Amino acid sequence: MSDRTNILNRWRCLGLAAAGILLAVASAAADPPPGMALIAAGTYTPVVRNQDDAASVAVAAFWLDARPVTNGEFLAFVRVLPQWRRSQVPPLFADGGYLTHWAGELDPGPQAPLDAPVVRVSWFAARAYAAWAGKRLPTTAEWERAAGAGFHGADGKAEPGFAAQVLGWFAAPTPAVFPAAGSGRPNFYGVRDLLDLVWEWVDDFNSAMVAGDSRGAGGNGLVCGGAAASARDPADYAAFMRAGYRSSLRANYAVANLGFRCARDAAAN
Amino acid sequence: MLALSIENHRSRTMNFLKNPRIGFVAANSLLVVATAVLGYAPVRALLVGAGSVTAAMAVAEAVEATGGATAMPAAAPETAAAPAASDPSAARGPAPDLGLPVEQAVLTAPPQVPPPITRKYAAKVVVHLEVREVVKRLADGVEYLFWTFGGDVPGRFIRVREGDVVEFHLENSPNSKMPHNIDLHAVTGPGGGAASSFTAPGHSSQFTFQALNPGVFVYHCATAPVGMHIANGMYGLILVEPAAGLPKVDREYYVMQGEVYTAGRYGEEGLQPFDQEKAIDERAPYVVFNGAVGSLVGDNALTAKVGETVRLFVGNGGPNLVSSFHVIGEIFDTVYQEGGLSVAQHNVQTTLIPAGGSAVVEFKTEVPGTYVLVDHSIFRAFNKGALGMLKVAGPENRLIYSGKEIDAVYLGQAAAAGSDAQKREASLQAQIAEEIKTNPKIAGLTREAQVERGKRVFMQTCFACHQPDGKGLAGIYPPLAGSDFLRADRERPIRIVTKGLTGPVIVNGQTFNNIMPAQVLSDQQIADVLTYVTNSWGNTGEPYSVDDVRRVKAAGVSQ
Repeated sequence: MSDRTNILNRWRCLGLAAAGILLAVASAAADPPPGMALIAAGTYTPVVRNQDDAASVAVAAFWLDARPVTNGEFLAFVRVLPQWRRSQVPPLFADGGYLTHWAGELDPGPQAPLDAPVVRVSWFAARAYAAWAGKRLPTTAEWERAAGAGFHGADGKAEPGFAAQVLGWFAAPTPAVFPAAGSGRPNFYGVRDLLDLVWEWVDDFNSAMVAGDSRGAGGNGLVCGGAAASARDPADYAAFMRAGYRSSLRANYAVANLGFRCARDAAAN
Repeated sequence: MLALSIENHRSRTMNFLKNPRIGFVAANSLLVVATAVLGYAPVRALLVGAGSVTAAMAVAEAVEATGGATAMPAAAPETAAAPAASDPSAARGPAPDLGLPVEQAVLTAPPQVPPPITRKYAAKVVVHLEVREVVKRLADGVEYLFWTFGGDVPGRFIRVREGDVVEFHLENSPNSKMPHNIDLHAVTGPGGGAASSFTAPGHSSQFTFQALNPGVFVYHCATAPVGMHIANGMYGLILVEPAAGLPKVDREYYVMQGEVYTAGRYGEEGLQPFDQEKAIDERAPYVVFNGAVGSLVGDNALTAKVGETVRLFVGNGGPNLVSSFHVIGEIFDTVYQEGGLSVAQHNVQTTLIPAGGSAVVEFKTEVPGTYVLVDHSIFRAFNKGALGMLKVAGPENRLIYSGKEIDAVYLGQAAAAGSDAQKREASLQAQIAEEIKTNPKIAGLTREAQVERGKRVFMQTCFACHQPDGKGLAGIYPPLAGSDFLRADRERPIRIVTKGLTGPVIVNGQTFNNIMPAQVLSDQQIADVLTYVTNSWGNTGEPYSVDDVRRVKAAGVSQ
């Protein structure tokens, strides 16, 4: 994020304070932002990429929410910005599934406990929330880099229990009501629920290039596209499934097990 | 609050402007800038900026109706703004309307088949198929999160007529975790419909195809990783009935084979996750008909009456294995190999069904009895679950099949040699059993509950040889009902089940010289099945406990 945006963020914080709303966004402080974990700089190796893309890309250090955004937090957002309420948002920005599990426009209700991750939100809504919170959505590279960490080190693949946890989520059905966000086991960076609670939007979800018919990989110039045929490593084919999932989305989709979390540039602090 | 809104929106707008991934359409840029200047909530202001709220909303709804692919708002990443022509999953509106009569397809869950099509003209057939990810029974005590076309494995049977225009709606349940699509081998067109039906959870896709070629075709999900989607149960059959129809038969059934790659071994209880490594290595713990061990056994067996002609539509979802499909005790009068309906092969014992392929088999039932459907790659039938039953009721015809005529003792050369030793051992074991009897242990379960559980294990693992009535087959498989061999030694059955037994043995005066392999069962399952065996068909005995099993196993190790 640029310095210019940063200035705007700080400015907005003043505005918030003036409005009497206390938001724990310490954008000007040197301390870690509350509820966020620092993901150290490193590289990300995509399982699906274009032939012209580099095999791995550098990822600068960044802050990532330690857990997904909750219904309670999203409720605060739609209270402030009514255009993101269920009745207000146009289908262009959120489809008919948007927040339909909430009991009322400003009442999450029993199907959406306040501490549970918010789902059924579009990419536009998630992005608007992030901007409102002085943050942004993580990129695919950032998200995957954070999710690639195990419980004890930055490389989850090296840990025995890691793959089982990743795959266990795929073997379990979606619960009717999600448990509290942040109740999962923290990974090496102190981030929770990346791989075992809900799907999460990323800023560049639409750069996932798995074709609708995933077997047509050759025509798209993709490397390692063909149905993850070569992905023997469970962590890799889980990553491939995430890429496939992202490619099925459109920016106005609101899906029953798709939420999000926010990120910030580390340089912002 | 107004200032807040302005700043919120300006901040967001600046984010968009600064993001190098975002490509702008000039007009939209103007709108965004205009919105920023207006400083109002982005959506309404943007629409006002477009000229007319009503008109803009109509545009938005139109975009929604077509999947939103061609007119993403300015903020969408540039890949979303790709022209529809290069995106096969983009919605392109309805296909040309030929003015055909419209009807809703009748879909059936396995093993049922929709009724024959009697009309003599082509129609537009509307199919609604819902993808659901559901936890279902794979075997007793074993569950699996199946991905299904319609809630069952295999998916709903679809029946259309040659020349029909099929309007296909694929609906992905909101509770699904994964996107899915469908490749129907009956479709002539890229991907068999897969590219046109890629559907996120909570969405639906529509595409239309004409059923040009008659035959029985497999359909399956082709979403990455394709093998996993198929292994998780995403396959089924669509019949394109020839314009002239199929010959009339008395019964039609739908059977489809597939493998399941569980992390646990066969019979390991609990909710089992998928195992990619086993799938790649083609080491399937389960090979089953219709999605589960025992799905066509007992009360779920297929039925027919003597003299009826039965037609089985048999598919093989794979994902890996080719089926050697056979019905024990029947000869297929007619086989339409590989699901093509124009060439009929006759008098076939076993027909190969490729993964992603099908066959139609027909036979007239002549005599009553239970006919066993197997994959004659036979370990799959007896050790992995590829076994079903057709129960045929009616009068016997001893001219065609006599039943057993003579039961005589036949002593092979070595039969007597082992028998004395066996008897001595039996005597010793009887003493041991007596010792145990005087010190009864309390099992954690009541005998009745254990018998019920044991029956399930028996009907899954043992009945194929020892027969559901426990009487075995004379000269081949020893009886368990009224068996002096079992009565003689309480621990012997535990050893036989855990280690297997190679003959000869004498049971009720008859010699059996055969091989029983060791069975892969948990200690609890062994205790249950032995309690069932020793308390069924007139047998009476103390229940077996897990401790009994462990003690005997441990003794075996220390020997």
